[in-house]
Amino acid sequence: MKEQTLFVAQRLSAAVLAPLVIVHVGLILLAVEGGLTAEEILARTRGNVAWAAFYLVFVAAAAVHAPIGMRNILREWTRLDWPAIDSLAALLFVLLLGLGMSAVFAVF
Amino acid sequence: MSTSTNPAGEQETATLAVRIWRGGEQGRWAEYRVAARENQTVLDVVTEVQRTHEPSLAYRFACRVGVCGSCAMTVNGQPRWTCRTHVRKVTGSGTLVIEPLRNLPRIKDLVCDLEPFIDTWQKAGATFKGGRTRHEPPHRVDPDSPARKRADAALQCINCAVCYSACDVVHWNRSYVGPAALNRAWTLMNDVRHVKRAETFDRAFGRDGCGSCHSQGNCVRFCPVELNPAGSIAGLKRMAFTGTEIRDDG
Repeated sequence: MKEQTLFVAQRLSAAVLAPLVIVHVGLILLAVEGGLTAEEILARTRGNVAWAAFYLVFVAAAAVHAPIGMRNILREWTRLDWPAIDSLAALLFVLLLGLGMSAVFAVF
Repeated sequence: MSTSTNPAGEQETATLAVRIWRGGEQGRWAEYRVAARENQTVLDVVTEVQRTHEPSLAYRFACRVGVCGSCAMTVNGQPRWTCRTHVRKVTGSGTLVIEPLRNLPRIKDLVCDLEPFIDTWQKAGATFKGGRTRHEPPHRVDPDSPARKRADAALQCINCAVCYSACDVVHWNRSYVGPAALNRAWTLMNDVRHVKRAETFDRAFGRDGCGSCHSQGNCVRFCPVELNPAGSIAGLKRMAFTGTEIRDDG
């Protein structure tokens, strides 16, 4: 994939993540006020299409954003060559997407 | 030359302590004392050391007036053009410490190998390619067009490698092409005569290209001719979104 494409993808995914993170953190602050239980979480998420859509977008944006940033960090801070760095970034993308999606569907 | 009178009524000449790197990658610091003058540049001091103390001292200079970009060195920890840097500006009353530019291989004493720096220009696609022959009329370049004004603002680079030496990203990733080459690529992207803009952009935005810049701005801070390479790199990054100027005319 071209560097230009990755650069644009990371900036756009950051723009998507910014408001989502604010909502996510706000939700956590609200949710933990009266104590946090599994029942309380599931009552909010079970069958709720809006929250599922919200977190699916969140997971997709994070899965795009984080591996590109990690790729740059690996380039600057390790002696790994580009093929190894790209492989690790691709692995992180698959991991984040897979784990994130499974978490969203687990509580839907 | 600064002189003062001691309690015995004798005239004393003020001296300046100078510490200079001798050797290549492996070397040592050598200390000298030269006359402290009212007006002296760092290059004047290096020349005086070579002429009066250390004939074998290697250093590089040519024009002595801030045009050729040959005499850049690290002075008291910061990259500077030594021919236009006054000693008092960098030392106060302390020692003058001079070593080769950072981020480049040291050859001997104050001379570093500029080949890695020059190579970055090729890597960043910073090579002009015109599309007209001598039998065709030259391009008309409108000096007031926005693109030409952007190119003009970045054009006066003297290739001194001060920005390359100042850049922390280059320091931890020697494959990064660095500010000077990307600044040059930016001028070409804004040059209507350049017919390989898509190729220049692809190279400037290639691996270890302008996407690696952290926008720390050391290049802007230390550029002796007050260019804004960080601004040029930001311009290339903006082009990644707009894509408007990225096309080959050839």
